[in-house]
Amino acid sequence: MTDLWQLTISEASERLRSGALSAVELTRAHLDRIAEVEGSVKAFVTVTEQQALRDAERIDTRRREGEALGPLAGIPLAIKDVICTRDVTTTCSSKMLEQFIPPYDATVMVRLNAAGAVMLGKTNMDEFAMGSSTENSAFFPTRNPWDLARVPGGSSGGSAAAVAAGEAMGGLGSDTGGSVRQPGALTNTVALKPTYGRVSRFGLIAFASSLDQIGPFARSARDAALLLQAIAGHDPLDSTSVDVPVPDYTAALTGEITGLRVGVPAEYFVEGTEPGVRQVVDEAIATLKSLGAEVGECSLPHTRYGVAAYYIIAPAECSANLARYDGVKYGFAARGEAESLIDFVMRTRAEGFGTEVKRRIMLGTYALSSGYYDAYYLKAEKTRTLIKQDFDRAFERFDVLIGPTSPTVAFAIGAKIDDPYAMYLNDVFTIPANLAGIPGVSIPGGFSEGLPVGVQLLAPSFEEARLLRVADAFQRATDYHTRWPRLQAAKRGARKRS
Amino acid sequence: MSIDRATVEHVATLARLALTADERERLRDQLSAILGHINVIAEADTSAVPATAHILPIDTVMRADEPHPWPDSQALVDRAPAHQDAYIRVRAVLDNE
Repeated sequence: MTDLWQLTISEASERLRSGALSAVELTRAHLDRIAEVEGSVKAFVTVTEQQALRDAERIDTRRREGEALGPLAGIPLAIKDVICTRDVTTTCSSKMLEQFIPPYDATVMVRLNAAGAVMLGKTNMDEFAMGSSTENSAFFPTRNPWDLARVPGGSSGGSAAAVAAGEAMGGLGSDTGGSVRQPGALTNTVALKPTYGRVSRFGLIAFASSLDQIGPFARSARDAALLLQAIAGHDPLDSTSVDVPVPDYTAALTGEITGLRVGVPAEYFVEGTEPGVRQVVDEAIATLKSLGAEVGECSLPHTRYGVAAYYIIAPAECSANLARYDGVKYGFAARGEAESLIDFVMRTRAEGFGTEVKRRIMLGTYALSSGYYDAYYLKAEKTRTLIKQDFDRAFERFDVLIGPTSPTVAFAIGAKIDDPYAMYLNDVFTIPANLAGIPGVSIPGGFSEGLPVGVQLLAPSFEEARLLRVADAFQRATDYHTRWPRLQAAKRGARKRS
Repeated sequence: MSIDRATVEHVATLARLALTADERERLRDQLSAILGHINVIAEADTSAVPATAHILPIDTVMRADEPHPWPDSQALVDRAPAHQDAYIRVRAVLDNE
């Protein structure tokens, strides 16, 4: 028998609507699941149990009173701790914001709340979303439910692990260079980065403002469509959100991809990609072909400059965005006597930020400093143009592009933490989409040595519906997305909370 | 590309980070190594392209200039590490000489 925490959002939504299941039951099932496995997975920084049960009760009452509720009403979700939640601590997994309680909700939270979704808690992440393993959390590393000795990816590793482990039905993350898609790939979840401007960032704690975008995690393309539907759309509070109509994403899930032109970028199949990953992607391409897609090779010739351009632009923007943490307005403040205001600010930042955040602030400050601006920052922004033009050309011939999300499966905790550049290379295939602003989704494509492999699909700006249609068609033909980590069997029947 | 100690110190001051001697040494090595990799972009031929600072054609967004009261401004002040009544306490910016 399927446990309640194993249902997809679509399945649970149907039962909630028919009255066969209550939101309180569903929320409690997930809180129980959290109690059961969280000790091993460590996906959450904060679990908002009381608030979740209260919210679920409210949904049940509204439904009893005959109100017509949407598909997310009563659905328990995990929210990355970079998204501001009114009266709930929002830490960014940093000592700097460990005690920070936002006085307002991010727009995505306003929208999820209006849709009746139930927040279970705030999830762990690499500090200020900087990292690809969730090891840079100031609190603790999150573990991959598929192998607890391995990382779940990052920076949104907490939300990814929570959804993969059945602790939440879906979740939100943020993706600046792959921080939704890469952990999605490493945990066998559907992970979507929408087009830059598709989802409001108001209330998303800023890392790199020309790249950041909020995106959903789910266990099916259909569930990802439901989540995107709720959060997408123009927001006057975010001047970079775009006023483009939001299509009906679930209506796009026709299962039909005959004649779809799928491009395979040669540069995404280079040395350094594990053979097991490559094999899964090759099989996924064959599956799309068997479903009627037309597959052809294409080239994104400037891919090799992507990581370099990103690791100039993102740190440059973060060095400016994080200048606000000065110990004066909110957040951590250094104790003890300081010689001067500047001395106080410098000590606050030295004690409040972790190693990777300091490294990126230093790198970005260097790239923007007098004498280096042209060679680094300006050069990187021009290179960004080349990368965008690569995609423009590829999308003249193809509807979507396909490749691996990450060159490797999940790696061991500690394996890359002392080699910053090796860590940065995890995002070699995800970074270009951020630089170009286009949407991308990672979907469960299969397994290599028992570990999940993500397949990435990319589309032109505002074509999320197309991505979801292809993902859904693939999932109708495969069952990888329905598989569970062994965590389930190992922990089944373990201690339950009273 | 290698960075010298003086540059690390200068950049740390610009970034308002009080680094320990150990951190400065480690960052000097790591930043030098990272820049070594990043320098590959020098090979990209960017002679014919403009810079992309922002991926969207951003227009200046204007709204009506209407005042809105914030419902609880005290809650904002209360979040400051040091505050008194309706004010945030800050250290003196000017020397008391």
